[in-house]
Amino acid sequence: MKRFLLPLVVFLTVVGFLAVGLNLDPREVPSPLVGKPAPMFSLPRLDNPEKTISTKDMLGKVWLFNVWASWCGACRDEHPVLVNLSKSGAVPIYGMNYKDTRPEAQQWLEAGGNPYIASAMDADGRVGIDYGVYGVPETYVIDKAGVIAYKQIGPVTEEVLRNKILPLVKRLQTQ
Amino acid sequence: MKRIFLIRLITVFCFLLAVNTLIQTAWAKDAQPLQKDAVVEAQVQRLSEELRCLVCQNQTLADSHSELAEDLRQEIREMAAKGMSDQAIIDYLVARYGDFVRYRPPLKASTVLLWFGPFALLLAGAVGLFVMLRRREKMTVEPPLSVAEAHKVSELLNKES
Repeated sequence: MKRFLLPLVVFLTVVGFLAVGLNLDPREVPSPLVGKPAPMFSLPRLDNPEKTISTKDMLGKVWLFNVWASWCGACRDEHPVLVNLSKSGAVPIYGMNYKDTRPEAQQWLEAGGNPYIASAMDADGRVGIDYGVYGVPETYVIDKAGVIAYKQIGPVTEEVLRNKILPLVKRLQTQ
Repeated sequence: MKRIFLIRLITVFCFLLAVNTLIQTAWAKDAQPLQKDAVVEAQVQRLSEELRCLVCQNQTLADSHSELAEDLRQEIREMAAKGMSDQAIIDYLVARYGDFVRYRPPLKASTVLLWFGPFALLLAGAVGLFVMLRRREKMTVEPPLSVAEAHKVSELLNKES
């Protein structure tokens, strides 16, 4: 009986590692930017290229920064969640239209609704690089001092919103 | 007559020489940025083989055709053209994308297991094997000699002495 104990322990350990490994998403690379000041930018607005959006304007409030594009499939799943969130008024959402064209982006917002107070246009993806964007959609929670508190890689789902983002936003807003 | 011919010849020669010099300077002007580009390109190539494309995670930036990889190569090219060192460029990308962007992870507290885990496993395996072999050796107890064998042994020993 005893001689089976050791192989069994080894087997269970391997199975344990495999189970944990299979449940990890290799696409979720922890961002080094969490806990650091959000990179500064000043970009033209999607609805009006003459006006700009700048990170400086956001100081003093907690806001969501959502990177999206009309060519991005997962953004389609995420979009209704953001539209609902914006209707609830829990937190202001600003968008960044990433490597997209103005007509396509505007058409997309007209079709699916516009959850954003405003969207910035990052046509060449430069600001995206500063934010370490590598998969769209990505969403950042930025606090009153302009520090990134959380980064969601991939679509924001109802579950993520309920369990992570909204509690965090609430906590940051009372700070 | 002969003199005029000679003067003409010299004029033509001078003209050709001038043209040649002009062409050469023109070439030289073209060649200089080419030379600089080659250095920059070599640096871009070297770095993009060291850095991971985050979209297609098991490819380097050099191998990947994704849009992000192209953007990042362009970003690296611009930094290289500004004369930034390899380390400065790698630091720039690590600040944005994390250590994962590097194919050779740095040795830190969080990567100790990654660096030494395989050796630790190898060592554990070797120790385990050693212990097991030792134990097996002890387990093989020699069976006592039978009466006939003992008889034969003493016979042989007696014969020799």
